[in-house]
Amino acid sequence: MGRYVIRRLLQMIPVFFGATLLIFLMVNVMGDPIAGLCGDRKCDPATAEQLKKEFGLDKPVWQQYATYMGNVFTGDFGTAFNGQKVTELMSTAFPLTIRLTLVAIVFEIVIGISLGVVTGLRRGRPIDTVVLLLTLVVIAIPTFVTGLLLQLLLGVEWGVMKPSVSSEAPLNELIVPGLVLASVSLAYVTRLTRTSIAENRRADYVRTAIAKGLPRRRVITRHLLRNSLIPVVTFIGTDIGALMGGAIVTERIFNIHGVGFQLYQGILRQSTQTVVGFVTVLVLVFLVANLIVDLLYAVLDPRIRYA
Amino acid sequence: MRGATHAKWAACAVTVALAATACGGGGDSGGGGDGSGIVGSSWGDPQNPLEPANTNEVQGGKVLDMIFRGLMRYDPKTGEAKNMVAEKIDTKDSQNFTVKIKDGWKFSNGEKITAKSFVDAWNYGAHLKNNQKNAYFFGYIEGYDKVHPEKGDASADTLSGLKVVDDTTFTVKLTQKFSTWPKTLGYPAFAPLPKAFYDDHDAWLAKPVGNGPYTVDSYAKGSKMSLRKWDGYTGEDKARNGGVDLKVYTDNNTAYTDLMAGNLDLVDDVPASQLKNAKNDLGDRYINTPAGIIQTLAFPFYDSKWSKAGMEKVRQGLSMAINREQITETIFQKTRTPATDWTSPVLGEAGGYKSGLCGDPCKYDADQAKKLIADGGGIPGGTLKITYNADTGSHKEWVDAVCNSINKALGNDKSCVGSPVGTFADFRSKASQQKLDGAWRAGWQMDYPLIQNFLQPLYYTDAPSNDGKWSDKKFDELVDKANAETDTGKAVSTFQDAEKVLAEQMAVIPLWYQNGSAGYSDKVSDVALNQFSVPVYNEIKVS
Repeated sequence: MGRYVIRRLLQMIPVFFGATLLIFLMVNVMGDPIAGLCGDRKCDPATAEQLKKEFGLDKPVWQQYATYMGNVFTGDFGTAFNGQKVTELMSTAFPLTIRLTLVAIVFEIVIGISLGVVTGLRRGRPIDTVVLLLTLVVIAIPTFVTGLLLQLLLGVEWGVMKPSVSSEAPLNELIVPGLVLASVSLAYVTRLTRTSIAENRRADYVRTAIAKGLPRRRVITRHLLRNSLIPVVTFIGTDIGALMGGAIVTERIFNIHGVGFQLYQGILRQSTQTVVGFVTVLVLVFLVANLIVDLLYAVLDPRIRYA
Repeated sequence: MRGATHAKWAACAVTVALAATACGGGGDSGGGGDGSGIVGSSWGDPQNPLEPANTNEVQGGKVLDMIFRGLMRYDPKTGEAKNMVAEKIDTKDSQNFTVKIKDGWKFSNGEKITAKSFVDAWNYGAHLKNNQKNAYFFGYIEGYDKVHPEKGDASADTLSGLKVVDDTTFTVKLTQKFSTWPKTLGYPAFAPLPKAFYDDHDAWLAKPVGNGPYTVDSYAKGSKMSLRKWDGYTGEDKARNGGVDLKVYTDNNTAYTDLMAGNLDLVDDVPASQLKNAKNDLGDRYINTPAGIIQTLAFPFYDSKWSKAGMEKVRQGLSMAINREQITETIFQKTRTPATDWTSPVLGEAGGYKSGLCGDPCKYDADQAKKLIADGGGIPGGTLKITYNADTGSHKEWVDAVCNSINKALGNDKSCVGSPVGTFADFRSKASQQKLDGAWRAGWQMDYPLIQNFLQPLYYTDAPSNDGKWSDKKFDELVDKANAETDTGKAVSTFQDAEKVLAEQMAVIPLWYQNGSAGYSDKVSDVALNQFSVPVYNEIKVS
């Protein structure tokens, strides 16, 4: 197990460098970022030159990348164009997005898995058909439609909630945005759990457990669910990263100043430091989440061994 | 929305039972009727650090307008430049100015405003090492080329044209005659700065200190700035509300939704998609007034295909092929007005705006357009490419409409195509480095309400924003002559003569003047936009 973890950690290094280098190059080919800073007029050349020097944009790209990575290892992610440290932006954006992601994940786990178990056990019954249809609808409708619709109905028409999230973003204000963000994945979790449960229900070990006279509840939670969760956990694990990076739409609709918003601003303003900094952290989140998922397998199914 | 309080509480009770959802009351911004009188207003994240000489866009300018007062201030209604901190600004030769400031003005930290507060601030703004994006505003002052050379390091630390005479007087020497120069001093870049700015710059940026009717109470970068009325303010335009909370929105659609739900009092940028509903939703509380912004189509005169003789006919023809009336009505819901000169209606007749100055070339006439373009030798390459940035604004819609109009007039589907560029930064870098071929969308938001500002920076030979590199000797001479004119009326008419050269040559095609659009809640009154389409915050009353 220890060797396995170390091997996985070592594998992360090339992935990390490759991903950051790609992002760095992509942002750089978009052109000269300083030009956009002066609005519809031309920057005066001397000031533009000074700014380029300050942001290190006057050097060749490979050198910029090397300096950047060197700084990242000392915890310095550079400065965004509005004069704020990227680490400062991160310290305000990540807590918000993490909170939003947690709300979404909780919805996925609680609603998604419960629905999956219920439908999986009652395959072919009316409730199964209804949930299947509902999930199909949710998957088919884009997030921004659900988001805008809920915002309009709950926020403006019925006045149940505030249409936008305040800058402190307390948990209760994140419930609706979290549900919107979770919606599509939630449908997938339901369907995955349902299939997996329905399959395993006929497995030998479940029949044995029932034959032993175990209570139905114990059979389901201990024997059936635990084995059926492996594909679901994989999905949720990889989804953590996707939710954090993909929250752009939800964050824009509900006015959440999280990672998605900062990335969007960074791309619009071509602020290399902001974009690369945030993506670097997101890449790390992805990698760590994947590692945790792999390690969880052993917890769920003791037959799985690492070498 | 606000009337439905009972229903709201009932709904709240239900929701609380289901999940602990908060019942948003009136929002943290106003609370309505609790006497605090705070205006909640939408805001965008300023692009640059908030310093007077470093702020060149509306969002940062909004704040500067609240916390700073300069020598002059533009009347929010008429746009006329009036003395603010200045007692008087005298000149005998339109080149040497003596500025006398009023006694008794203070910064909100108690520091007295003296002549030095201005001179130091201007020297700071002009100096190359401070990277101020508005440094060129000090370019008319003698010694600018030493403090801010085009290449290499600065050879002087202060502008030689600025001299402090005593506590309340300083003199300015310009490099050329510029009779209307004092009227440019209402621009925020010319604001005075307190000692605290230089002593602890980071602390100042975190919480700016100025001399305006408001002080910064708290500033959470990227999300919210709370401004409160400053009781010690000496000026006449005291704030008529308790303060303003500026809230950054990720999307102006969300801000509009918040306004509809009663969580926000003022949205100063109604999203394009809501323009159709705004009149219905808000009634009288929807403002649509002219702003000092004009949009144009620019051409690459650095490309010989576009600058050769006879091409002015083609450009005039293209201008006549654009149905401005129809486009402003259907696409912009009348938040744009068809342009008939190269300035803006906010200048007023006396300030240099002249409706119809462009004449026939700015009127839609498909037959004449076709004839003119044929006479001039046709569109270079057969197709006009209009480049625009696709990331912000709804440029795609109108560029496509302009192209449609041209294609229809010329009876050829391939006469005009839109050519999107991904980001504004990329678009600007291509335009300013003369890498665009064909036409591109151009726009100008005035820095100060002067006709000079609509012409010189854009069309004078090698002017900083003359991206198309248009050059005309007669135009340059007229601008120089107008600048030297001491009589304002004569100066304006000479500028208009210069504008007529633009019409003959059709250096750029004027498209339309842009309006500022805003909406506000029934909790506030006396809301208006100034010529820069920024709300006049200090006038707003909260009921």
